[in-house]
This record gives sequence, structure tokens and C-alpha cells, in this order.
Amino acid sequence: MSESKAAAMPAPIGTVPVGPIGGTTVGRKHNDFIYYGLRNKKLIFGLGLELLLVLFAIIGPMIAKYGPQDFTGAQLQHPNGTYWLGTNTLGQDIFSQLANGIRESYLIGALGAVSAAVVGMALGFTAGWRGGILDEILQMITNIIVMLPSLVLLVVIGSYMTSKSILFEGIFIGLTTWPWVARAVRAQTFSLRSREFVEMAKLSGKRPVQIIVKDIAPNMASYLFLVVILLFGSSMLIAASYDFLGLGPTGTVSLGTMMNQAQSEAALLYHEWWWFIPPGAVLTAMVVALLVANVGLDEIFNPKLREQ
Amino acid sequence: MSVNVANLSVAYRSRRGDVTAVDNVSFTLADGEIMGLAGESGSGKSTLGNALIYLDQRMKATGGTVTVDGRELPIADTRAMRPLRMTEVSLVPQYAMSALTPTRKIGQLITDLLKSHHVKDTREVLTEMQRRLELIGLTEGVLSKYSFELSGGMRQRVTIIMSTLLNPSLLIADEVTSALDVSTQRAVGEMLLEFRDRGYVKSVIAITHDLSILAQVADSIAIMYAGRLAEKASTEAIVNEPLHPYTQALIASLPEVGVRADQVTLTGIPGRPPSLADPPPGCRFRDRCPFAFDRCTQTPPFEEIKPGHHVACWKVSQERAAASGRPVVGQAAAEHAV
Amino acid sequence: MSTIKVDQVSKLYRATSRSGGLTPALRKVSFELPPGEVIALIGESGSGKTTIGKILLRLVQPTSGTVTFDGKDIATYSQRGLREYYRQVQGVFQDPFSSYNPIYRADRVFDMVRDVYFKGVSDSDWSARIEAALDAVALNPGDVLGKYPHQLSGGQQQRLLIARALLLDVKVLIADEIISMLDASTRVDVLNLLVKLKRQGLAILFITHDLSLGNYVSDRTIILRHGAIVEMGGTEKIFGNPQHEYTKMLLSAVPELHKKWQHSPLGPVAVVANGAAVAGQTIDGGPNVPVATALTQASLVDELTHAEQVVKRDLRAVLGGTRAVASGKSQVAMALEPPTLREFEPDHLVADPE
Repeated sequence: MSESKAAAMPAPIGTVPVGPIGGTTVGRKHNDFIYYGLRNKKLIFGLGLELLLVLFAIIGPMIAKYGPQDFTGAQLQHPNGTYWLGTNTLGQDIFSQLANGIRESYLIGALGAVSAAVVGMALGFTAGWRGGILDEILQMITNIIVMLPSLVLLVVIGSYMTSKSILFEGIFIGLTTWPWVARAVRAQTFSLRSREFVEMAKLSGKRPVQIIVKDIAPNMASYLFLVVILLFGSSMLIAASYDFLGLGPTGTVSLGTMMNQAQSEAALLYHEWWWFIPPGAVLTAMVVALLVANVGLDEIFNPKLREQ
Repeated sequence: MSVNVANLSVAYRSRRGDVTAVDNVSFTLADGEIMGLAGESGSGKSTLGNALIYLDQRMKATGGTVTVDGRELPIADTRAMRPLRMTEVSLVPQYAMSALTPTRKIGQLITDLLKSHHVKDTREVLTEMQRRLELIGLTEGVLSKYSFELSGGMRQRVTIIMSTLLNPSLLIADEVTSALDVSTQRAVGEMLLEFRDRGYVKSVIAITHDLSILAQVADSIAIMYAGRLAEKASTEAIVNEPLHPYTQALIASLPEVGVRADQVTLTGIPGRPPSLADPPPGCRFRDRCPFAFDRCTQTPPFEEIKPGHHVACWKVSQERAAASGRPVVGQAAAEHAV
Repeated sequence: MSTIKVDQVSKLYRATSRSGGLTPALRKVSFELPPGEVIALIGESGSGKTTIGKILLRLVQPTSGTVTFDGKDIATYSQRGLREYYRQVQGVFQDPFSSYNPIYRADRVFDMVRDVYFKGVSDSDWSARIEAALDAVALNPGDVLGKYPHQLSGGQQQRLLIARALLLDVKVLIADEIISMLDASTRVDVLNLLVKLKRQGLAILFITHDLSLGNYVSDRTIILRHGAIVEMGGTEKIFGNPQHEYTKMLLSAVPELHKKWQHSPLGPVAVVANGAAVAGQTIDGGPNVPVATALTQASLVDELTHAEQVVKRDLRAVLGGTRAVASGKSQVAMALEPPTLREFEPDHLVADPE
């Protein structure tokens, strides 16, 4: 009987068919990603640099001698032994400000990324899964948010607030940048929901939320990952620009506020390079490292982009 | 005109090293012959067919030669092959009907194709093309349509017309009937026959897993298994007197119209084809063959058992040797090798 | 009893690419699937056969008509009712690999079933059930459990999906082209499995375009063309004595190993669609251009224009040809009329020519 023979035959278990055969190598993703990840120069460079900066953000404030807003009494010092990056016109230690500022920027980046991701994914999944009227309504809301001039909004809201916290700024950024997350998630969900394994899940009696969380989202995992990274970077930049314009959180020093003060005190004119270069350079490094790592991730997830 | 493939081997570069997808394959095609190249997925048939026209970056020819009309085809040299593509050798790739650019009309696609092959007298070619379209029942209106406006069968027929427009000597048709309805399959099959009869192509290699279509269309059939040729003979011989155990099993597994389960139980082939990355020594069908014996640990030679009928099987070789009293090819060498 | 009854089911799609506006995917299809019976639903692409399968699995809603199971309209099921329905009716589709979520292991399909239907069952009991189901489909647990889908062959993937249905102890299996993507050597194993399950009492709707498979495995056959049934009855009667032109054409086009295609030496043939003659094309390209066989022509014209013709002509006739396509109920109703089925002999219905 052919059937019992099939059971007795030692089929070549574990060997993965290679080459132009049906039965793709999609499931090998996990090992593939780690393999290529460790060999991708951009990813290693980007993540490495970011890691260094994060370490600095953690350790920096601990080794800084002063608080970011303390007046040391020594104004406009060049970088020297006591004041590693010099001081500003008010006598505040640039290094301490920098260390503190990086920490602030990372916090805002994380807050902005998380809130944008949460809102964007929730709306994107819902719109993509249900379609129909709900989708139309959500799209309308998305378009309205996109068109809102967030800067003006911030000014208006800010004028009513006596003091703004990091939390406020982070969440504000999140709530104004989620649209493009929602759009992208919606599009991917649309294409995934008609896949046969989703139909299988329906035939197994699974409910929509379960299907979205367990079947659809993990198939977008690489994309979602990239989205969060990009949101992180953009949140930091947006926060810096708000701070630069003086709309940032009160009572703290961030990279943006440092650049704001440097600019208003004409540091460039007076060649006070130790004041405006460090915050700008560090901010650039933080964002560029992420972007480079992102390109590397793209190459890993998309085999066609890999260097041979 | 004839096509002669001698000891051709093609390998894939993969992370784990080179994988030989086509292993030492030899066969000849006469002028005007339609040869079916049959096998299951993973047998290497598609690689073999595609290697005759285009080796992409992952593939490399690791041995053997291909001669068309006495001249060698420089298959390993992509640039040297370029002027020969579509004119000497042409290909209808698998899934061709899904690969037509949706943003250009069919007529434009054809003129693009002619331009890229530096065809001088496009008008004459286009007139000929219109005649061929009419031959298969497609009107000129097809040229002003986009690919998504045509049905699957029509798209397939258009791609065949495009590939044979410059009258190539050899046409490689890769699974051209696979995704089609039964009536369209017949139309496409008859189209291949018609084109061969009229001389629009000289010889055809039809790659497919479907033996019944080959029984209708092909003059000869070559059966591939795990990268090697198992058997090659005329269509009648393959269908009526298959010699290789694999071929016999394939034929036995085909349900014919009119056969019902309560009358006949079809039998499949237990097990799976071996991995090409690490194939077992000797005959690759050994693990699944009901007739395997100890000689099968050595690779059987692809020898001519009867005129025009080649088989790679020790059992068959031995039976023929016993019948004719001659020694089995390679037997002496095998006995020395242990 | 657990019979599925399909009653005048129609499905209309709003077509966006071609002009026409409305595409009838199904036109008032009616049939019954009693317990333990295998029906082969045979049709080419565009016949609507996959749509019927999805409607029976409640993945798609019909535009009109009802499907009843055990006398109850499946459209009225609550969430729990639907779950109970899936305990009795399951589906397996054409591409075995796509039915698996590639990032999880293949046996997750079992776990999904367990989460919903077998919550209180103990681990040892569950393992026993899995072993029994795998044994029924002739799969060795060691070969398939714990593996990723890409590590299994198409035949193993397909059989695993059938095992999943058996775990639920289904009464009806909707098998949509489950053989076509399998290799020759594994096809037969899955086919014989279906025959075995049929003998154990499973009702199967075997959707296929391959007539020989349908003939091998089924008790009754339905021939579907452009959304309407053109012939229906006992398999031996349909295959042995086909009456409808379309059925005859299909049978003559099937490639067989030992018999060449028959050539009918005819000239151009006019194909009639719904009373309007579609111009039989005469090919007059000159002395060297012969007429394509009647078969080629008939199939060409048929696939090109039939569905559109049906809808367009009727709508145009009603609207007078001047207004844009409207979607009033009466026009739509006219477009959906299938040809009438008449009894040719007991258990053998044939539709009037369209």
C-alpha cells in the first residue's frame, strides 16, 4: 500500500529544497535576518553609533560636574580642563547641557514614536481590516490631521499653558505625525487581509482582533520596525525645531534650546564654536545614525537590495 | 538543423555553496522536432531550458556544450548570446502571460521588442505578425489593448507570437499550458504544432510537468529527475512502453478520463525527490524505486537501450544485456571501482 | 440532516477594469450536497466555481439567494453559530503554501483549532487526537510536526490541512482545486485520501477544472460555465453521455495519454450567446492562412465575450442603449437569468443553449 510505504520511507527531513523549486524560503527569515544583519555594514555602523550616543546619554549626566542650568560664574570659557566644552554667556557648562540635552531628546523621540505608532497602527489596522464606511471616516480624519499646521497649533495651545513638560511635547508630536503610519499600515493590511492564511484563521473561528494581532501584524513586522525607527528620528528632529523656536518644554535644556540660545546670542558671529557646534553635531549624528541603520535594515529585509 | 546538448551541467550559487541543478545532461533534437521535457518541480527541467538561452547571475554553466546547427552556443557568455536571442533561440518563460507590462499596449510592446533587437524592416515583420494573429484567431484589435484586458489564454498566445516573431531555430516553451483552462490548453498546444508545421520555429523544447499534453503535442519526451535525465524516447515509446521505473510510476499515477476510483486505484510514488544541495551517490531515484538493488549505488549511464530510446537505469541495462548477450556499458569499469 | 442546500445563489461584482459595469460571477445556482456524497464542480476560469466555494464557507456574501445547512440559512448565523458551522464545514484551497502563515510553524493550524474548539482538552488527549488525524491522512507525525511550512512538500502541506479539518470532525469539505498545484507523484496520494474519506462518510464539494480528476472521485457532477449550471447529474451519465455542447467541448479538449485530440473538419462556426448571434469569424487572410479549427474559434469567442454579452445585451435592450449602465433591480434581475435546466433523463439535467 503506497500510504504505509510513505510512512515507512525515511524522507529527507530537515533538508531545505534550494533553487527554483516551489516551496519558497520565506520561513527561513529568522536565521537569514541575523545572518545578514551581522554582516551589513550600514546596520552595524548606524546601530553602533546610536549605541554610543545612548551610552553617553546615560552616563553623561552622571559624570557632568554641574546641572545643565547651574550658573558657574565663568562665562564664555573656551573648552578647558574644568569646563570640557566651555561655557555660554550665562556661565552654564556646555558639556552638562549637552549630556542632559541628549537624554531629553531621546525621551522625546521615544514618546513621540510610541504615541504616533500606537495611534497610527490602531487606526490603520482598523481601517484596513474593515474597509467600507469606517475606512472612509478614518481616512477623512487622517487627512484633516495631515493638513493641520502643527506649528501654529503648538503656538496656540502653548500660549494657554503656563509650563510645558516633556510629556506634553512628546505626545503632541506623536499626535501630529501618526497619519503616515496609519496610511502605510492600512495599505499593508488591505493587501494582507485577503491572503489565504487569513481566510484559514477565519475558518478556525478566530475573531478579527486575534487575526490582526497574531496573523497580520507579524507579517508586517519588518515594516513596522522600520516605521518606529523613522518616527523616533523624526520626533527628535521636530522636537529640536520646536525648541529652537522657543516652543519647547520649559524648565529643561535640550539640544534645540541650546541652539536657540546660541543663535539668539549670536554665537556664530562671535566664533563661539563650542556653543553651537556640539548640539548641532550631536543631533545630526543621532538622526543620521538611525537613518543609516534604517537603510541597512531595508537591505536585510529586502533580498533584492542586498550587496552580493 | 539540429540541437545537440552534450554533458551540460548548470549550477546555482547559494549561501551553502554551489548546487548542481542540471547534472551532465545530453540529448539531441532533430530539425522540426518537438521534444517534451517533463519532470516534477525540482527536477531541473526549467533550469535546463532557461540555461540554453539566458544564464542569470546566480547560475553558471559548469560543463558541457550546446551546439545548434553545428555552431556552438556561447551560453556562458551573456553578451555573446544577446544577438542570438529571439533570432536563433527564443524563450516563452514560465508565467510569461503574467509578465506583460500592464502600462503599454500590446502593439507597443511588440514594436519595443523589435527595436531592442535592432530589427531593420519592422513593417514586414509586423505584417507577418498580423497574419499570424489571424492564423490563431486573434484580431488586430488585440494590438490596441492592454494586457489586463485580455484573458489568460489570449495573453499566452500573444507571448508565443512575440517570442516566435523572428523565426527562431529553437523555441523553449516553459510551462506554457500550465495555468490555462482545458480548452485554451488545446488551443495553445495546437498553436505550437501549427507554428512548427509552418516553419515559424524549427525545433521546440516544451517544458512541463503534464505528460498528457506532451502526448498530444510532442514527438519525443525526455524525463528529468533530480537534475538528471532518466529516460528519453519517442512519445509512443514513453507512453506505451516506459522503461525507467520513474517513468512507469508517473504514467501509472495519471488519471484518465473515464477511470473511476471504484474501478482502478491509482498509485503515487512514495517519498520525495532528494535535495540537490546534497544528493545521494549513484542513482538518485534509488530511495523510491521498487526495483533498486546494490548496483544502484553507482550512477547509471544514460545509454541507448533501443534505437532512439535512452534510459539511465541499471535494471534496464542489465535486462538488455541479458537479452542480447552484450556486457552492460560501464560494467567493467564499475567492477574495478568496487 | 446535514445537507447543504444552495438555492438560487447569485453573485454580482461591480467590474472596474472592463466597460460594462456589472459582472455576474454566479447566476442563480441551485444544487444540494447531501451527507456522504462527493460532487465534482467543474468549470473553467471565470465560471464562478471558486466563488461558490467561498460563499459556502461564508467568506463571501451572495448578492441574492440562500444557502441553508440543516435547514438553517447560514447568513443568519451569530458569531457562535458560525463557529459551530465551521465545526462541520471546512475548506482546503488551491495553493497549500498560502494557507499557512509563513512565519509560524505549520502545526500552528492545529493550535488555532484547539484554541477555539478544544479549550478544555488535556495535552495528552490533544496529542492523541492529532496523531489520529495525521494517521488518517497517512502523515508521519515525526515528519511534519514542529516544521515550518517551507520545509514540507506541497502534498504534505495539503494533507496537513485536511488533517486539520478532520480534527474538527467535519461533515462537509469544500476542496477548491486542491490537487492542481501538487506534483504528479503526490497528487494521487491526496486523491486517494479523498476517496477514502468519502467512503467513511465525508461529503465533499470537489471544485476543479480537471475533468479526469472529477470523474475519478465524484458521485455527481456539475458543469459550470460563466456562472450558470449547464449540465448536472450522476458522474457516469455526464461523462458517458454528455448532452450540452459545452460539456462535449470540454471533454474533447482534455489531453489524454493514449488518444490524440480529435479534429472536427469544420469551417467557421457562429457561436450563439443568449439568443444574439455572436459573429462567427471568417478568416480571409489569403491562400496561405487557413481557418483555425472550429474548436479554437469557439473557445476564443466564447471566453472573450460571453459574460459581457450576456449582461450588456440585456441591459442595453432594457435601457434602449442610450443611458449609462444603471443598477436598478429589474435590469440586474434580467442579466442574472441563467438558461433553464431540463431533465434529459433521471439524474441528468441539461441547460438550454444560451
